[in-house]
Amino acid sequence: MPKDSGIGASSKRREDVRFLTGAGNYTDDINVHGQAYVHFLRSDIAHGRINSIDTSAAEGMPGVVKVFTGKDFEGVGGMPCGWEVTDRHGAPMQEPPHPILAQGKVRHVGDPIAAVVADSLEQARDAAEAIEVDIAELPAVMNMKAAAQEGATLIHDDLKNNICYDWHLGEEDNDKVNEVFANAAHVTTLDLVNNRLVANPMEPRVAVAEYSRGTEDYTLYTTSQNPHVIRLLMCAFVLGLPEHKVRVVAPDVGGGFGTKIFHYAEEAFCTFAAKACNRPVKWTSSRSEAFMSDAHGRDHVSTIELALDAENNFVGLRTNTYANLGAYLSTFSSSVPTWLHGTLMAGNYKTPVIQVNVKAMFTNTVPVDAYRGAGRPEATYQLERVIDKAARELGVDPIALRRQNFITQFPYDTPVALTYDTGDYNGTMDKLEAAADLAGFAARRSASEAKGKLRGLGINCYIEACGIAPSNIVGMLGARAGLYDAATVRVNATGSISVMVGAHSHGQGHETAFPQVVADMIGIDESMVEIVHGDTSKIPFGMGTYGSRSLAVCGSAMVKATEKVIDKAKKIAAHLLEASEADIELKDGQFSVAGTDKSVAWGDVTLTAYVPHNFPLEVEPGLEETAFYDPANFTFPAGAYACEVEVDPETGQVTIEAFTAADDFGNIVNPMIVDGQVHGGIGQGIGQALLENCAYDENGQLLSASYMDYAMPRADDLPFYAVDHSSQTPCTHNPLGVKGCGEAGAIGSPPAVVNAVLDALNSGGKAVDHIDMPMSPSRVWTAMHG
Amino acid sequence: MYSFEFEKPSTIADAVAALASEDAQALGGGQTLIPTMKQRLAAPSKLVSVSGIAEMQGVCIEDDGSVAIGGATTHARVAVEAAGSYPALAAVAGQIGDPAVRNRGTIGGSVANNDPAACYPACVLGSGATIVTNTRQIAADDFFQGMFTTVLEEGEIITSVRFPVPQAASYQKFLQPASRFALVGVYLARFADGVRVAVTGASEDGVFRWSEAEEALNKEFRPDALMGLHINPANMIGDLHGSKEYRAHLVGVMTKRAIEACS
Ligand SMILES: Cc1cc2nc3c(=O)[nH]c(=O)nc-3n(C[C@H](O)[C@H](O)[C@H](O)COP(=O)(O)OP(=O)(O)OC[C@H]3O[C@@H](n4cnc5c(N)ncnc54)[C@H](O)[C@@H]3O)c2cc1C
Repeated sequence: MPKDSGIGASSKRREDVRFLTGAGNYTDDINVHGQAYVHFLRSDIAHGRINSIDTSAAEGMPGVVKVFTGKDFEGVGGMPCGWEVTDRHGAPMQEPPHPILAQGKVRHVGDPIAAVVADSLEQARDAAEAIEVDIAELPAVMNMKAAAQEGATLIHDDLKNNICYDWHLGEEDNDKVNEVFANAAHVTTLDLVNNRLVANPMEPRVAVAEYSRGTEDYTLYTTSQNPHVIRLLMCAFVLGLPEHKVRVVAPDVGGGFGTKIFHYAEEAFCTFAAKACNRPVKWTSSRSEAFMSDAHGRDHVSTIELALDAENNFVGLRTNTYANLGAYLSTFSSSVPTWLHGTLMAGNYKTPVIQVNVKAMFTNTVPVDAYRGAGRPEATYQLERVIDKAARELGVDPIALRRQNFITQFPYDTPVALTYDTGDYNGTMDKLEAAADLAGFAARRSASEAKGKLRGLGINCYIEACGIAPSNIVGMLGARAGLYDAATVRVNATGSISVMVGAHSHGQGHETAFPQVVADMIGIDESMVEIVHGDTSKIPFGMGTYGSRSLAVCGSAMVKATEKVIDKAKKIAAHLLEASEADIELKDGQFSVAGTDKSVAWGDVTLTAYVPHNFPLEVEPGLEETAFYDPANFTFPAGAYACEVEVDPETGQVTIEAFTAADDFGNIVNPMIVDGQVHGGIGQGIGQALLENCAYDENGQLLSASYMDYAMPRADDLPFYAVDHSSQTPCTHNPLGVKGCGEAGAIGSPPAVVNAVLDALNSGGKAVDHIDMPMSPSRVWTAMHG
Repeated sequence: MYSFEFEKPSTIADAVAALASEDAQALGGGQTLIPTMKQRLAAPSKLVSVSGIAEMQGVCIEDDGSVAIGGATTHARVAVEAAGSYPALAAVAGQIGDPAVRNRGTIGGSVANNDPAACYPACVLGSGATIVTNTRQIAADDFFQGMFTTVLEEGEIITSVRFPVPQAASYQKFLQPASRFALVGVYLARFADGVRVAVTGASEDGVFRWSEAEEALNKEFRPDALMGLHINPANMIGDLHGSKEYRAHLVGVMTKRAIEACS
C-alpha cells in the first residue's frame, strides 16, 4: 500500500504552486532601491595579449557610474580553486591565477575584459562599446593532445606547460598492467570523446550586491546552489572581507545542474563594485553570455582498454584520458576528472587490475567544471561502451557478460580507492529485464524492420559515488573544504517547525521531501513543517546541494537534529506526565507512557517548552536543536538502463522508442520526486547522446553559442520513461538508508543510447564500432556510409 | 538594443511614406528583426510596423483560383485559413518554429528575410508564386537572390504573395536539431504543366530549384525517376549539423518523400 504521507509517500511538490503560477522569487526579481547595472565587455578573441584598454570615452558617456578593468583588481584575490590535485609524481597541480577581470591576457571567448556600471543596462552597453581594447592575438590552444606537446603555445605564461596535472589512480606498476593485457585472451580497445556540454539552466546567472555604508554590511543575492560556499570563498580568498559582514542569499533558483555551484567572477565583481560605487549593482546574464561564461561540462577524450580471460572474466582495465579544464580552474574543476571519475572506473564489476591515467589540460575555452554527474558519467560512458564493444566482438550477450562480472559480495574494496558498502546489481538487472520487456524485443525489432527502420537495444549499468562526502577522505584527496552539512530544527511554541538546512533546493523538491521526514519522525502533519534554505543569515553553515548529497548528508543532519528535539521533548513530556523519561513513547504526535493510557499531545509539549510554567528545572526552555553531519562513506546508487531506438537508415535519424531505468537508491522518501529526478537526468543524458554539442572552431570561436546551434532536448525528443526503483539495498551508514538520485539518470543514460544505436546499425549489417556523441543524424548517416 | 522610433500606420501608403526616412525598416512579426536588434546587430532608426494594415492581412482566393496571402499575415493564420484552399502551403506555415513564433511571424517578413534555412522561400519558389509589393509584382524565380538577399528595394513592402494552386504538393522538412529550421527542406508542387522542386536549407546560395529532378519528374512522376540524379555537394552548406555530402544526400531523400506524398 503506498503511504499517503510521511516517508515513502508521493506527496505533491508544494513548491510547484509558486513556480508554476509565476509567484517564485528569483534573483532577477530582486531589485534594490538605487541599483545600477553592470555590463561586462567580454573578449571575442580566444587568446591574446592585451596591449591597452582605453576607457576614457566610455567614462564620459551618459549614465556611467564607473568603468572597471583588471587594473582595479590588482591586489584583490582571484577566483579560487577548491580542490588541489596531486599529480603522479606527488607534486601539486599547476594553479594559474584567475583574475576577476582579465589582466595582461585574454584566454577564452567570453573572458571579461572590462565592466561598466551605469544607471541603466543600455547605458552600460553603450559605454562598453566605446571602450577601446587593443589585443595582440595569439594562436588559440584548442586541441588537448597538441596542447600537451613540448613547445605548445602557453596559455599561462608563468606555467611550465599547459598541463594542469598528469594524474593516475589504481595500479601503479605499468609492467604488471602490461602483463595482464599481454596474457589476456581478448582485449577490446575504444577511443571515445565525452562531448562538451553547456548546462543551460532555464534561469541564467544573476548577481545583485548591495553595501551599507552605515553598517559596512554587504548582501549578495545570487543564483547559487550553495550560498555558504560562495560566502566563504568570496570573503576568504577573493575580496578579503569578514564573513560576518557578508550575507549571501540564493533565493529561488531556476535550475543549477552543477553550473551554479561555483564562485564566479561576476558575483565577486558586483560585491566589490557595490562598495566602490556606493550603489547596489546588478548583473543579469544574457543567454549569449551564459554560453560563454557559465562553466561547461564533460569534454574528455579517452582511450580505454579492457582485458578479458578465456572465460570472459574482466581481468584488467586501463584508461587514458585528456580532460579539458578550459582556460582557468573553476571552483571544483580539478576534482572532476580525478576523484569523481577515476574512482568510478571499477563500475559494477570485479575487475582486479585497473589503471586510470588523466592529463588535465588548459585550453582557450570556457572553464569546465562539474555538470550533473560530474566525472561519473565520463567513467560510466567509457566503461559501459567498452564492455558493449567487447560483447559484440566476442559474440556474447551483453547482459550475460555484465552479470558474469558483477560484484556480488559487499562491502567491496575496489582497486580505485572506494569501498562500496552495499548493492545488488543482479537485482536491478532482473528488474530491468522485466520492466523493459526484453523478451519482447525481437518482435518489436521485426515490426520496426517492416517499416524500413532499424531497431536497436542498448543496455548498460552504472554506479556512482554520491552523498558527497566524508570530509576526512576528501581532505586527504585534496579538497580544500569539508563536505558535511547542517540543519537546525526550530520548533515553534504552537508545534509547527521550521528546519533551517544547509542544502539548497533549485528544483529538487526539498521543500516537500524534507518535511516528510521530520513529520514522519514526530507523527504530525507534513504541513506543520517547513524548510528554510538559501540565506546565510538564516541557516547554519552547510555546504549546499550537488553530488546527490542533500538528503543523504543534509537530511541526515536534519534527522539527528530532530532526534535531539524529540529527546528533549520526551523529557518535557515525562515531566508533564509525571513519568520516567525512559517510559515515554512518541507516536502520531502523542507522547504516552508505555503501558498506560496517559498521554500528552505534541502541541502541549511544545507550548510548555516556550511557556515553561510547569517545567523540569534541569532542562533549558525552548525547543531548537542543530546537528552537523559528516558521512562515514559515500553512498553508491547503482542500476541498469535499457534504451530502444529506431534508426532511419535513409537519414540517420535516431528516435528513442523506449527507455527503462532500474535504479537502486536505497530507501526512498518521495517516490514521485525520485521518478522526476530520474526523468530529468535521463532527459539530459539523451540530450548529450543525441543532441547537445558545445563546439569550438580551431580559432577558439564558439560555434554553438546560442540555441540556433546548441540543441537542447525538447519534449518530443524524449520518450515516456519506465522507471523502477523497487530494488533497494539501503545505505548502511546514514540514518535514513538513502543514497541519492539526482544524477543517476544523467550518468546511466548516454551509454544506453549509444549502445542501442550501434546495435541497430549492426543489426542492419553495418559493422559500426563507435559513433561519438552527439549522434546527430549527420554523424549516424556518415558512419553508416563511411 | 539601440533606441529607435516606432510607427504603426494603417495604410500601405502611410507605411511607404514612413519608410522613406533614412535607416527606417519594416517590422513584420519581429521574430528575426527584434532578436537581431537586441543583439545590437541591427540598428534601424525607425521601425514601421505593417501589422496594423488591414489590406495586408488574411488569406483570400483570387478570381483565377490562386491563393493570395496578405504580406502581414501570421504563420498561425495561414496554417488555419489556407488549409482548405492550399493544404501544402498551410502545412508549411504550421511547421515553422513554435506556436509563439507562428503567432507573430509573417509571410512577408519571412520571404523578405530569405533565410537560407527558412521554409516559406521553398514554398514560394516551389509554387511559382508571385510576390506583390507596393510597386510591382515579382515572379518567385526572379525574387530570391541568394542567402538573405532578394530583389526588394529599400523601403519596398511585400503586400501579398499569390500562390497558384497545384494539383498536388508536399513540403518535406528535415529539422536542424537545434534551431528546428530546415536542415534540408524540399517543396514539390505538381502542376498540370509540370513539376517544380524547390530546396531550402541546403545551399550556400539559399533556396534553389532542382531542375534535373524537375525534368526527370516531368518525364515520369515516381520516386525512381530520381535514380542516378545527384546534387553536387560542392556548394552545399557544411556545418556542425551536417556535412555538405549529407545535405546533398538529404535533398534526394526529401525529394523522394515528397514525390511519394504526392503520388
Ligand atoms: C524560435 C524561432 C524558430 C523559427 N523557426 C522557423 C522555421 O522553422 N522556419 C522558418 O521558415 N522560419 C522560422 N523562424 C523565422 C520566422 O518564420 C520569422 O517569422 C521570419 O523569419 C521573419 O518574419 P517576421 O514577420 O517575424 O519578420 P521580422 O522579423 O519583423 O522582419 C524580418 C525582415 O523582413 C523585413 N520585413 C518584414 N515584413 C516585411 C514586409 N511585409 N515587406 C518587406 N519587408 C518586410 C524586415 O524589415 C526585416 O528585414 C523562426 C524564428 C524563431 C524566432
